[in-house]
Amino acid sequence: MFYRECGNFKDTYARDMAIFPIPLDRYGFIVMLIVAFLVIPLVASDYWITNIMVPFYCFGLSAIGLNILAGYAGQISIGHAAFMAVGAYASLILYGRYGVPLIPSILGAGVVSAGVGVFFGLPSLKIKGFYLAIATLASQFIIQWLIVHWKWVSGGVFGTVETPNMQIFGWALDTAVKKYYLSLCIVGVLALFAKNLVRGQLGRNWMAIRDMDFAAEIIGVNLYRDKLIAFAVATFYAGVAGSLITFCYYGAANIEEFHVMVSFALMGMIIIGGLGTILGSFLGAGFFVLLPIGINQSMGAFMKVVPSDILSNIETIIFGGLIALFLIVEPFGMARLWQTIKDKLRLWPFPY
Amino acid sequence: MSFFFEVLITGLLVGVMYALVALGFALIFKASDVFNMAQGDMSLLAGLALVGFLQMNFPLWLALICTLAVMVILAYITVFVILRPLVARPPLMLFMATFGLAYLIQGIGQSIWGTDAKGLELGIPDKSFDVAGVFFSSFDLTFAGIAVVLLILLVWFFQKTRTGRALRAVSDDHEAALSVGIPLLRAWLVTWIVAGIVAIVAGVAWGTTLGVQFSLSYIALKALPVLIIGGLDSIPGAIIAGLIVGAGENLAEVFLGPYVGGGIQTFFPYLMALVVLYFKPYGLFGKEIIERV
Repeated sequence: MFYRECGNFKDTYARDMAIFPIPLDRYGFIVMLIVAFLVIPLVASDYWITNIMVPFYCFGLSAIGLNILAGYAGQISIGHAAFMAVGAYASLILYGRYGVPLIPSILGAGVVSAGVGVFFGLPSLKIKGFYLAIATLASQFIIQWLIVHWKWVSGGVFGTVETPNMQIFGWALDTAVKKYYLSLCIVGVLALFAKNLVRGQLGRNWMAIRDMDFAAEIIGVNLYRDKLIAFAVATFYAGVAGSLITFCYYGAANIEEFHVMVSFALMGMIIIGGLGTILGSFLGAGFFVLLPIGINQSMGAFMKVVPSDILSNIETIIFGGLIALFLIVEPFGMARLWQTIKDKLRLWPFPY
Repeated sequence: MSFFFEVLITGLLVGVMYALVALGFALIFKASDVFNMAQGDMSLLAGLALVGFLQMNFPLWLALICTLAVMVILAYITVFVILRPLVARPPLMLFMATFGLAYLIQGIGQSIWGTDAKGLELGIPDKSFDVAGVFFSSFDLTFAGIAVVLLILLVWFFQKTRTGRALRAVSDDHEAALSVGIPLLRAWLVTWIVAGIVAIVAGVAWGTTLGVQFSLSYIALKALPVLIIGGLDSIPGAIIAGLIVGAGENLAEVFLGPYVGGGIQTFFPYLMALVVLYFKPYGLFGKEIIERV
């Protein structure tokens, strides 16, 4: 039962290509799935499920998208939250106004968002680096403005659309646990898809573009196509995440929930979690969702009610401090810490 | 026609204010290849500190000196605690680090001086007078004057002084600069202090117009398109682009806004930036980067 590669014979191609080549990893993953599917819905209270687990999954999904774009393909985008907004409104319009079934309307929201994303990814063909990073901010502000001012989308100046009651094949998703399962299933499938995407040819191309784009072009990577695909995939994930978080957590699409600060926070998540890793997206998202609660709990030991302005200030300080700390100590984020632990485990109990 | 000029002039004066923020970005990028996301928050901190010292009944000159001291301390901490371990890392990492710095400054500044919006009154007269039918506010003109003086000083500093030459050498190549004996960290320190001074001017300019509050850090977002239109590392570019953006967004808001529902100021500068970048990918005055494998 040691954590070892040896004795683990890869006698089929399928086993050679496995995501978790080491049995202990595989068992660990299965245990995690069991915890996510069975233990959490049974043990956790409605508050935990709706306010912590669901946002955790949704931000994790959105962070995967951003990580594909920034961490794998190297195209920094600081307008990611806007695509979540596109997804949120698109799914509500599809589901509420046109009566498209729930799952197709969530995925359709992703497709709509991907279309918009490709459009805003077009500048990446011409400009790069920090110029591009700032140009992507354009998407944030243009989309925000469009959603508020385009009456057909938002129905008014406040830009709020309520979610209708949700049902799949006539089966109502009314309790917190059912919504939890909806987001868990979609996030799970899409995370697996992302993991496989970045292990394949496309992922290799992205990494080549990230490391040196003109060198990648010379060895035959189609720069334009792959950059645009990266934008499409990233914004698809953002769109699905935005529609899920609206359906399962916010309850109404409101443009204020997808402010530019959320884009910045997503950026912080993938830095803390680990650029260029799928696992890191979830670690970063979990950190970000749990941080305010953690601070509240630890401060609560000293005072009865933590004033909200102190809470938010400490939250900002810790968030900022950790971003800086991670970059100095462990530039590849929490995911690399996990990798280091695994490398140590592989040799344990010997020092080397 | 005079209405057109009035809108244009108002826009130009607002543009000067954007340029003040963009200057800070350009300075740091020029000297250290660091794209400083924290520039807006530095202005916020400067504004907060100044109001804080004024509320302690300091005279204005003393409050300004104390604020300067705060910015110097900030520069020290940034360079020696955050940037020093990151010296040889790719620029992306440094960018991300300033991202964390932005959160840090915001949080620390607001925990010391509070989150509520404060007014900043410096006793600059706000009279309007008209020249040939176009109204000017003496207040805006004051800041336009300050910006021009600042620009001249900075250009002189970078082109003529010994330290300025050292900074330009550092921006060209860290390692080469180190090898000819330029102390890298001290050069960065000077840059960050200068950027801090620019942040004070920007913080005062925006603080007096909008009030000192959290949203002050958002003016950085308005300065970013200015920065890329001008070119990331060009100081005159920041000023000229500031004028273009200020005039452009104000004209668009007044003459185009009514047709599409208004509020296009929030994104119009970015649209302008996209158009400019389409033709000149490194901005109007930015240094073109020639890459080789």
